[in-house]
Amino acid sequence: MDNVELLSRIQFAFTVAFHYIYPPLSIGLGVCLVFMEGLYLKTGQKVYEELTRFWVNVFALIFGIGVATGIVMEFEFGTNWAVYSRYVGDIFGSALAAEGIFAFALESGFLGILLFGWNRVSPRVHFLSTVLVALGSMFSALWIVVANSWQQTPAGYRIEGEGMHARAVITDFWAMVFNPSSVDRYLHVLIGAFLSGAFLVISVSAWHLLKGRFTDHARKGMRIGLWVAGIASLLQLFTGHRSADVVTHHQPAKLATMEGHFDKLAPADMYLLGWVDAKTQQTTGLKIPGGLSFLVHGDFTKPIPGLNAFNPQDRPTAINFVFQTYHLMVAIGMTLIALTWFGLFMLYRKKLFDTRWLLILFTGSVLLPQVANQVGWYTAEVGRQPWVVYGLLRTSDALSQAVKAEHVMVSLILFTGVYVMLFLLFLYLLNKKIQHGPYVKVEDPETPPSKFNTIAR
Amino acid sequence: MDSFLGIDLPTWWFLLIGALVSGYGILDGFDLGAGALHLFFRKEQSRRIALNAIGPVWDGNEVWLVIGGGALFAAFPLVYGIILSVLYLPFILLLVAIIFRAISIEFRSKEPMKWWRQFWDISYCLSSTSIALLLGLVLGNLIQGMPLNANHEFTGRLLDFINPYAVLIAVTVLSLFMLHGAMYLAMKTEDRLYARMTILINNTSKFFILCFITASMATLIYVPHMQAIFHNHPVLFVLPLTAVLIVLNIRQSIEKRRYLRGFISSSVTIALMLVLFAMGLYPNLVLSNTDPAGHISIYEAASTNKSLRIMLLFAGIGMPLVLTYTVFVFWTFRGKVKPDEISY
Ligand code: HDD
Ligand code: HEM
Ligand code: HEM
Repeated sequence: MDNVELLSRIQFAFTVAFHYIYPPLSIGLGVCLVFMEGLYLKTGQKVYEELTRFWVNVFALIFGIGVATGIVMEFEFGTNWAVYSRYVGDIFGSALAAEGIFAFALESGFLGILLFGWNRVSPRVHFLSTVLVALGSMFSALWIVVANSWQQTPAGYRIEGEGMHARAVITDFWAMVFNPSSVDRYLHVLIGAFLSGAFLVISVSAWHLLKGRFTDHARKGMRIGLWVAGIASLLQLFTGHRSADVVTHHQPAKLATMEGHFDKLAPADMYLLGWVDAKTQQTTGLKIPGGLSFLVHGDFTKPIPGLNAFNPQDRPTAINFVFQTYHLMVAIGMTLIALTWFGLFMLYRKKLFDTRWLLILFTGSVLLPQVANQVGWYTAEVGRQPWVVYGLLRTSDALSQAVKAEHVMVSLILFTGVYVMLFLLFLYLLNKKIQHGPYVKVEDPETPPSKFNTIAR
Repeated sequence: MDSFLGIDLPTWWFLLIGALVSGYGILDGFDLGAGALHLFFRKEQSRRIALNAIGPVWDGNEVWLVIGGGALFAAFPLVYGIILSVLYLPFILLLVAIIFRAISIEFRSKEPMKWWRQFWDISYCLSSTSIALLLGLVLGNLIQGMPLNANHEFTGRLLDFINPYAVLIAVTVLSLFMLHGAMYLAMKTEDRLYARMTILINNTSKFFILCFITASMATLIYVPHMQAIFHNHPVLFVLPLTAVLIVLNIRQSIEKRRYLRGFISSSVTIALMLVLFAMGLYPNLVLSNTDPAGHISIYEAASTNKSLRIMLLFAGIGMPLVLTYTVFVFWTFRGKVKPDEISY
């Protein structure tokens, strides 16, 4: 692997992983905001209004960074992956353009009203803007995941030209959009995002309850967050299963990697925990013998093709990495189900708000969906290697010809520096907003400007 | 169907991308111009007003860049890869500047400390200025063409993108955005700040006219294909002349407090400059300044007709929607800016 390839891959992985900290939070928070503001409109209770305003402020911070880092992603396709852009442009480009026109314009347009329109539009129009921003953010995820799914399981295309001039062109638009993995993966990604946002609400509410501050707001927030997360965590098990099913049928080498299964054709085990040694082709750990065969075929003894059934150059290289990331995601998925439903049970028993250890657990739990989202993508993307477009275009052939390793080095250092700073500032300001809590509205609109300046928006 | 209303699909996309880029220039142009002027305002209250003048709309304006980029990717993928990878460093710097501008606006008001605000004010002004300059640099390189061989491979060196002509275009773009931003702020401010704006408009319009004349001369002397265009169609001289007249009109409008008219004038100037550029380019998208076989025409770069047709349908449905939200948001926040507790 030459340096341009290695550096470009590192840069892409780093910038997209960083981008992906924020969108899931905005998407999930968007849904919670719709419930909060909807309840305000329905009940007319001031707490809900204050709660909505508080979370809108948090949303603004997260959203801003999501947008700034997203633009980097779009342009990186051209700067670093020029051959890839040309190869997939006919197909991928339309998804990206649709995303801009239908999704980003919707969310960014109405964001202005969501943030600054409180005194300018009626409560109903404001609520409508909240709904539109939330919908817009879900659409953003839709098109980009469709494009990515096409790379994983190409469909509805034909290859035109040869060698360096080959490219994929659309033959059937709907077959391209509804390629074998897009629906399942979109739902899985979307629900992963709901979990992210809902757990942020849960965590902050739990923290306020522990501190005994804004308890009224926190109880309301907790209830909304727990319900969203509880339902989403169950659905996630289902959509994850569906995704695994797609991988089984369309990316068998990836499936074998996810479970560390080497034998050419043998019943495959399912691991709860484990370690893969790619050199000796040994996988050790806590397992259900024949478990994978059972999940795939409903029979513990049916064989499944392992890694040795594929040419060495067509297998992922980071086998243990994919195994670990995959298992971590599944473990977190199970934990989230247990956590949310126990929380809901305690809520029902009216004990939740006084059970300190549970509140402490909830405060820290915000990291779980974040980690699961990250490692989920690592599984999907590293497991896709060595292909950029599965079975069609190799990653090493997809690079920009004009770009030299020094260029990528410069940009990688720049992005690393900027993102580290951005992340620290983000944490600092997020923490500040959380500690500040819901801002209880000042009744007098003529408050002098000096005071405004001290109120962090 | 390979054409629509008698115009072939690649040409449609050439026009559409031109419209998106002009839309971006007009909309984000005033945010960037306002940002570049930011440090001319001394008082905290003036800076807040200036920032809140663009507060609710800048993010939506930036989306035009996202859509324009997406459209270029979708319609002309070959060119998307080539432009972005050949101009790798300016684009990376552009991205960094875009990040800085976004977070400066977002973070500035989050802390009351003087040093904090001063820092983000400077960062905001510098990043807005850099975005304008980098966009101009890219434009300058595209106008004069880049060293590409017959296989469209880049044969130049890393820092070739910095050259006198491109720098001149960069400064011209900056001056135009500053004028445009000043016009926008004049619409949104009153009293003392407004008085300040009239002085700034006066100065930026002089700055722009100076740059514009120099850039026009340089283009006629150094860029043969632009020369050829004017040679073949002398009527086109009307366009730069109109631009100058419009700018003169801007100063008059301001004296008469006709802000909107002034703002429309500077918007038209931006569009006119891009029209001129596009006329020089068509039917190519990228020019090689070393080997004419290196030119890339829209027909060579285009996606398939099927894909272009589908996306034209998307654009036909999507763009009216985008325009509707844009108008709705601008209408909601019309009038002079009065900062309150939910402002930046
Ligand atoms: C639509 C396209 C798309 C989308 C939505 C994503 N990616 Fe991706 N990803 C790519 C398109 C892509 C790619 C352009 O195809 C890369 C670059 C090099 C490669 O092999 O695939 C890639 C590589 C890549 C790698 C490096 C794999 C390797 O080099 O071994 C990682 C870790 C991620 N991505 C992670 C993510 C994360 C965390 C995402 C969540 C937002 C994500 N990707 C979304
Ligand atoms: C490599 C892939 C990606 C690209 C090229 C990309 C591109 C972008 C761009 C250009 C923006 C800024 C839009 C604006 O100006 O308003 C953005 C923001 C956003 N992106 Fe991405 N994105 C990618 C991955 C993802 C994924 C996988 C998701 C969701 C699952 C996602 C969801 C969002 C959302 C919701 C926003 C709005 C900002 C926010 O909510 O934080 N993006 N993205
Ligand atoms: C509950 C058990 C879960 C199972 C069985 C499961 C299964 C899977 C599988 C098989 C993939 C790979 C799909 C591919 O390569 O195309 C995947 C990807 C992914 N998972 Fe999960 N998952 C689970 C839980 C979670 C949770 C809790 C989250 C986040 C909160 C999550 C987030 C993701 C993401 C973001 C991806 C990458 C996008 C994609 O490929 O769909 N998963 N998951």
